[in-house]
Amino acid sequence: MRRHTISLIVENKFGVLARIAGLFSGRGFNIDSISVGESVEPGTARMTIVTQGDEIIIEQIMKQLNRLINIIRVVDLTDDSFINRELALIKVNASAGTRPEIVQIAEIFRAKIVDISQKTLTIEATGNEDKIDAVIGMLRPFGLKEIARTGRVALSREYRGKDQPRQPAPAAPVWERERLNIAADPA
Amino acid sequence: MELTGAEIVAECLLREKVDLVFGLPGGVVIPLYDVLRRTPKIRHILVRHEQGAAHMADGYARATGKPGVCIVSSGPGATNTVTGIATAYMDSIPMVIFTGQVPVHLIGNDAFQEADIVGITRPITKHNYLVKEAGEIADAIAEAFYIATTGRPGPVLIDLPKDVQVMKAKFEYPERPHVRGYRPTYEGHPGQIKKAVEMIVASKRPVIYVGGGAILSGAADEVRDLAYRARAPVTTTLMGLGAFPETDSLSLKMLGMHGTWYANTAVMQCDLLIAIGARFDDRVTGKLSDFSLQSKKIHIVIDPADIGKNVQVDLPIVGDVKRVLQQLNPLITKPLGTDEWLQQIEVWKREHPLTYESTASCHEEGLDGGSDGTAPPSHIPLRAQYVIQKIGEMTHGDAIVVTDVGQHQMWAAQWYGFTKPRSMITSGGLGTMGFGLPAAIGVAFAVKDRPIVVISGDGSIQMNIQEMATAVGCRLPIKIALLNNGYLGMVRQWQDLFYGKRFSEVDLRESNPDFVKLAEAFGAVGLRVFKDEDVEEAFAEAMKVTDRPVLIDFVIGEEDNVFPMIPAGAAAHEMRES
Ligand SMILES: Cc1ncc(C[n+]2csc(CCOP(=O)(O)OP(=O)(O)O)c2C)c(N)n1
Ligand SMILES: [Mg+2]
Repeated sequence: MRRHTISLIVENKFGVLARIAGLFSGRGFNIDSISVGESVEPGTARMTIVTQGDEIIIEQIMKQLNRLINIIRVVDLTDDSFINRELALIKVNASAGTRPEIVQIAEIFRAKIVDISQKTLTIEATGNEDKIDAVIGMLRPFGLKEIARTGRVALSREYRGKDQPRQPAPAAPVWERERLNIAADPA
Repeated sequence: MELTGAEIVAECLLREKVDLVFGLPGGVVIPLYDVLRRTPKIRHILVRHEQGAAHMADGYARATGKPGVCIVSSGPGATNTVTGIATAYMDSIPMVIFTGQVPVHLIGNDAFQEADIVGITRPITKHNYLVKEAGEIADAIAEAFYIATTGRPGPVLIDLPKDVQVMKAKFEYPERPHVRGYRPTYEGHPGQIKKAVEMIVASKRPVIYVGGGAILSGAADEVRDLAYRARAPVTTTLMGLGAFPETDSLSLKMLGMHGTWYANTAVMQCDLLIAIGARFDDRVTGKLSDFSLQSKKIHIVIDPADIGKNVQVDLPIVGDVKRVLQQLNPLITKPLGTDEWLQQIEVWKREHPLTYESTASCHEEGLDGGSDGTAPPSHIPLRAQYVIQKIGEMTHGDAIVVTDVGQHQMWAAQWYGFTKPRSMITSGGLGTMGFGLPAAIGVAFAVKDRPIVVISGDGSIQMNIQEMATAVGCRLPIKIALLNNGYLGMVRQWQDLFYGKRFSEVDLRESNPDFVKLAEAFGAVGLRVFKDEDVEEAFAEAMKVTDRPVLIDFVIGEEDNVFPMIPAGAAAHEMRES
């Protein structure tokens, strides 16, 4: 079982999200997180799905997603280099006494204070899940009031440093080969 | 040209060359029915229950390869089609279903007869649409027919709110629908095909395993060509029956749970398994960890998601099986050394034929119905197998057999003797009791020159018996061979074999209707047969009736079981022959 980050370009049509969610629940696949937003091309959206499973399950997930008519492209980013971020809004108890310490924690994580009241501070943090987990962990002792997390968004990385030239395109994964009908090795 | 939404629907159907639809109206589809009334080129068949309409469209599609179309109302009309849609989906049958919907402004209000049919059918359609403007209808319909009939076929549903049917819009039919996220693969990859040829040529013990995909793609000739070139025996799944003639010496008949001993044994012992348009369903493979362990596997199939789903294969080829075989077959030119294997199979066929005991003499497949001179053991009642074998003989294997689900279905698969594609019409994937009669009605509108024989059970027939009225109304000469064992026989069989004969809620004997009178009440002909020696005469009489359905109530033994049988979850070597 490994976590996989799957990126989809979908037609932004009525019911697409329900189709995808239904596919996962109907076939017993896990969803850790799912996020959706408009993509570059009008009428399309990018979805990022974080899921878990062994090779065979992930292969089935990719293939079943590909069967959905409204899905234009499916990519498993996991084995390639990719950037991923999550955003969290964290509302934490704060008194005059604890406020400075909370502000300091936020600064260390390069998080922002986005709202303040007599009794609370609301912090906006972005980063990968580990970082968000750490921010939340550090704030927990003050008393968490509410949390909203977006789930992961991700894109594959274009630029690689000189010492890390882009690998020759990795051999297409099995499912992709089958879908595109590419032979395992050129014959 | 400005047309109303309903007129646009009719125009689109004409463009798609639809001349027959099955349906039943209701409040929200009256605008559409109003237009149908003045569209004589589209014949509408009024059913008695919307499930019937869906199965009819399905049966029509299975017999012809053309998409079946049905039209129903919103709410209960739409939900009544659900079983029919799921049945078609599981067997990859092209269908387009039109459901009425409440007016757009009422959607989501729990309006009268509102049901979220698009939501309900999402997992059982290939795709579906809720059309919210008349201007979107033509595109949706063009896409629906395109999606339903291409790639791996399947049902597509279009939900049409009442106000959209009345709204006016400009009508323009898209020449070729463009669906970005949908690009089926038809051509096989040449490199993969070359490798397949190498594997076939190297094989000493090949088996070709053919599924419903070969029928859908019209690949029977190519399958036969491959079998002859490779000199490989062929077994088919329930859905693949007819894709290879069972009269051919290379035929192993059906494999799987109720397949022949020799087909399952050959699959177990082969060194190469060539799966064509099949999906390694659990009714075929039995216990996966013991399935065909000695073989390398080639899997030719149009849907990549079927590859590696149940069984890991050595060589996948994604494509339309007809095209792939057309690419592959000519490359097999060397004579292949499978003689020993074929001899072995001949021995198996002789030693383990399909058998049954009967008061008549057709104990074994291959023997004809003549008397063998021995006195019939009088305690043995009429046997289903005999009835089916006799029907096979009397129709020269030329009938279109439509079945329900249960023991009678398996006996039909084992004993009819299929030689042509699109001749066995049965709900394989979903196993829907009640499919047979309405599906046969759909077939009867498409096929006029071959007998249409429903093989049904006393449980199944009652699940859509109301469609007898449709068949009588349309004067369809369907023959219904009712194998009446007084039980939900297949469930009784499982309780008999695996639950210590603890029969629970399977006995229909006390409450079954008099099926002959029932047929007559509908205006059909009813006949009853108790004895082997009366089968022939009754069926001959039924064949003479050309203007209405005939139901023959074959009163068969109550406690007969279907064999061979591989118990669910067991391996082929655990097969029981009796
Ligand atoms: C709609 C539906 N309900 C239940 C079942 C489960 N089931 C499978 S076979 C069977 C018995 C069928 O009885 P009958 O039609 O008399 O056929 P027989 O097995 O007796 O030949 C049942 C209940 C089913 N396949 N379909
Ligand atoms: Mg029965």
